[in-house]
Amino acid sequence: MKKFLSITLCALLAVSLLVGCGQNANQPEQGNTATESDEIKIGVNYELSGEVATYGQSSVDGIELAIKQVNEAGGVNGKKIKLVKYDNKSEPSEATSIATKLITQDKVVAVLGPATSGSFKATIPVAMSNKVPVASGSATADDVTVDASGVKEFAFRICFNDSYQGTAMATYAKTKFNATKAALISDSSSDYAKGLAENFIKTFEGDGGTIVAHESYVSGDTDFNAIITNIKSKQFDVLFVPGYYNEAGLIIKQVRDQGINVPVLGADGFDSPVLLELAGAKALNDVYFSNHYSSLDQDPLVQEFIEDFKAEYNREPDAFNALGYDLANFVVDGIKRTADLTSENLQKSLASTTDFKGVTGSFSIDENNNPVKAIVVVGLKDGQQHSSEKVSN
Amino acid sequence: MREMKSIFKASNVVKLVFIVLTYLLVQFLINIGIITDYYQTTLATICINIILAVSLNLVTGFTGQFSLGHAGFMAIGAYACAIITLKNPTYAGFIQGVAAGAILSAIVGVAVGLPTLRLRGDYLAIATLGMAEIIRIIFTNLKITNGAAGLQGIPRFINWTWLFVFTAATLIIISNFIKSSHGRACIAIREDEIAAEAMGINTTKYKVAAFVIGAFFAGVAGALYASYFYFLKPNIFNFAKSVDILVIVVLGGMGSLTGSVLGAAILALISTFLQRFSEVRMIIYSLILIIIMLFRPQGIMGSRELSLSLFKRAASKIEPKVGKERS
Amino acid sequence: MEQFLQQVINGISLGSIYALVALGYTMVYGIINLINFAHCDIYMIGAYVGYYCMTFLGLGVFASLVISMAACVVIGVAIEKIAYKPLRNSPRITVLITAIGVSLFLEYVTMFFMKANVRSYPPLTGILAENINLGSIFISMKQILIVVITIVLVVLLQIIVRHTKLGKAMRAVSLDKDAAELMGINVNNTISFTFALGSALAGAAGVLVGIYYNSINPLMGVIPGLKAFVAAVFGGIGLIPGAFIGGYFIGAVEVFVAGYGNSMYRDAVVFAILIVILIVKPAGLLGKNTREKV
Repeated sequence: MKKFLSITLCALLAVSLLVGCGQNANQPEQGNTATESDEIKIGVNYELSGEVATYGQSSVDGIELAIKQVNEAGGVNGKKIKLVKYDNKSEPSEATSIATKLITQDKVVAVLGPATSGSFKATIPVAMSNKVPVASGSATADDVTVDASGVKEFAFRICFNDSYQGTAMATYAKTKFNATKAALISDSSSDYAKGLAENFIKTFEGDGGTIVAHESYVSGDTDFNAIITNIKSKQFDVLFVPGYYNEAGLIIKQVRDQGINVPVLGADGFDSPVLLELAGAKALNDVYFSNHYSSLDQDPLVQEFIEDFKAEYNREPDAFNALGYDLANFVVDGIKRTADLTSENLQKSLASTTDFKGVTGSFSIDENNNPVKAIVVVGLKDGQQHSSEKVSN
Repeated sequence: MREMKSIFKASNVVKLVFIVLTYLLVQFLINIGIITDYYQTTLATICINIILAVSLNLVTGFTGQFSLGHAGFMAIGAYACAIITLKNPTYAGFIQGVAAGAILSAIVGVAVGLPTLRLRGDYLAIATLGMAEIIRIIFTNLKITNGAAGLQGIPRFINWTWLFVFTAATLIIISNFIKSSHGRACIAIREDEIAAEAMGINTTKYKVAAFVIGAFFAGVAGALYASYFYFLKPNIFNFAKSVDILVIVVLGGMGSLTGSVLGAAILALISTFLQRFSEVRMIIYSLILIIIMLFRPQGIMGSRELSLSLFKRAASKIEPKVGKERS
Repeated sequence: MEQFLQQVINGISLGSIYALVALGYTMVYGIINLINFAHCDIYMIGAYVGYYCMTFLGLGVFASLVISMAACVVIGVAIEKIAYKPLRNSPRITVLITAIGVSLFLEYVTMFFMKANVRSYPPLTGILAENINLGSIFISMKQILIVVITIVLVVLLQIIVRHTKLGKAMRAVSLDKDAAELMGINVNNTISFTFALGSALAGAAGVLVGIYYNSINPLMGVIPGLKAFVAAVFGGIGLIPGAFIGGYFIGAVEVFVAGYGNSMYRDAVVFAILIVILIVKPAGLLGKNTREKV
């Protein structure tokens, strides 16, 4: 027993030694400074494997394209941007660990990612205590950058929050379709879709509408026939599908296959060429979703991005690609405006961003570190973007 | 527990000294900045995984009951602790949280263990797997757990000191249990359940006991996890998590506590090392797993423990530093 | 009533997929007592091979199905030879961990080459794209295709297992490996043959899922694999008819819980039924409870 325990502890000790070695002994000071070298390091903390790898990989594709373009154009103030990229396996604890690594070991000036709200939230305490900004392109939960305890100064995002889009779509259903009855099929495994659904219901019912059916699924599901058969017996004017394209495409297809022809509404999670592939052109009629931009938008910035993206990856960009692209440019823009580049000064520059021109729309950062952006509702006809109108809350 | 008394025997004083020395050394390394924040996170993962692996080893390695649902117990501990510390963000709240998590987890362990432990081998594995999935789905649908979105902003009360205390305590309690007559009974069940029964061992009682102790410590590990990593969501505790814990146990050696400690440390180091390989990380990890199993199917330690004689035999291969420490 | 019938149709289509995958689990378990976690990834690879055939080679449904089954046979047998055979005399749990390793390997190699994003099968044309309307009940030709192919494959499997020499060898090995070897049966070849059969069925299931749901991704096998395994245990693991019935049963339970109860508890109900079955009748629905002898 004694032997065993002492050996166990030796093993623990040896392990901690192992863990500790290969380390330079300088105590991390508060905040990171760009070193004298000719590189500026930005951390990339994304879901490259695990259950939401598809969002992480898409975001990183956008980020890498943006940084490549920045470096080809000569970098920032004569320095090249270097991305330090790690995989967080879609696990929040891993995201925390990687944020710590990027901030304290790699001494990056800012960290991009993760893509999902949960993992992003898990990195914010690290950012706050080390005073290094973290920014996400797709963490949409309402309380990401601000909660009951106040604004989290070092956390930024460049996407809408859920209540904004949910409310906008409920209003749209009312004004455009005179809808009084709505059905929902929502993804209960993502906080994104949950937030959308809650706010849609709140606004829709607040305006005197009724929700006749509310079914749920979890991401990764492929068979929605049972719940669709179930709601088919109910009467409703619109169907709201908060969720991502992977499942939304299949839901729209199965909804149309079962002969339900009411308008289908969604949010920016619909924005992907995959939606068309999954649902097929025939099913994608009378489908409307809120988005940051429309590919019909003749803004040269948007068109140029779509072309560059196709040239680089040989496919159409989706919302995650575009948000990743903007996220990287947003941080680069902040770096450009920071004279003495430390992570604390960068935080101030990012917080004071006004009228940043991105492919997902122009935006300014408000006092809660959220972007103020216009919302566009895109209508689909035979799978193609057919109409787009700006709406505001 | 009666076994607890043995902690205070004179022979254990030496061990205490070792515990304190180990602790002080790591603390020293942290203070002078050799173990940075980032490596402390890895250290936390290792400690939590050690508790999980050791508690699963008691069930699977020592008692021979194949469980694939350890993540479920971890989830109960994690959520109980998170909910309590969010309501009462003080050290007292944290302690209550850990206690509540562990006890709740043990209660569920009894409820699940009593009916299912009659099953044998793979059937038990499937039943425990189902149980863990059900727990996860319930947490996904509850209001108090904030569903799939999970709980955030859980105050962090633990640091290396707490983790060390909990890990050391778990190791001491479980190793004492195994060395006790109860533990011997468990091992007898693993070796031959029918023979054990014939010898007058109440097999159900001991199987449930091992299972409940395992669940208790998995609850503790979950509570520590919640307190260290700020954030919880039900999908953290999916089937893959149970498998991760099982991998540590098998890699370290079934029926070897020191093996579990080594296994947890080695896997955490491999995983940390592979972070930089981003997209190919999991490919390399899976290959390492397959290769280790092909060439060392009994795990690193088999069912032996690291012991002095083992060290003497292999003394030439071991770093002098480790050798010195053990004297 | 119409809604009920529609749900039955939904359940049968879903159940067919589970049945095909469950058969592979049950045969492998029956012969070497291994929960082959990599099986669900063979199903995934089958779906990707089918995708490749249809998208890049422009092949038809049946040609893709056959090629995909063949590819899965090769992969399944290779996995058995490389990863499982050297461990034939190791503890079962070691083989299980190896299976998990193989499963992760297949998933992430596919993810590396094909990326994590969802791929979709090209739309079907001609008669296969039609829907049949019976009153307000919709049956798509795809659903009919899935059920028909499943039944044909299961009948073929039964003929192979019951009426060929190799099938007899399979049954002998699963009953008593040592005795079978004494009787001159080549145990290694028989085990490989079992993997080949199971993998072929998984490959077929993969292509059918691709056609039916039109959506595949590298991690698509994980959850259906778990449920198919549950189906196999439910029916009585090691028994071919058990896996078949279990597959349809699980499909039906899922559809009815989602349709009439709360779709969020669908999987929980499946697992709860499983636990109850295991406690009441551990050998499964069709299994015989055996008393353990000293």
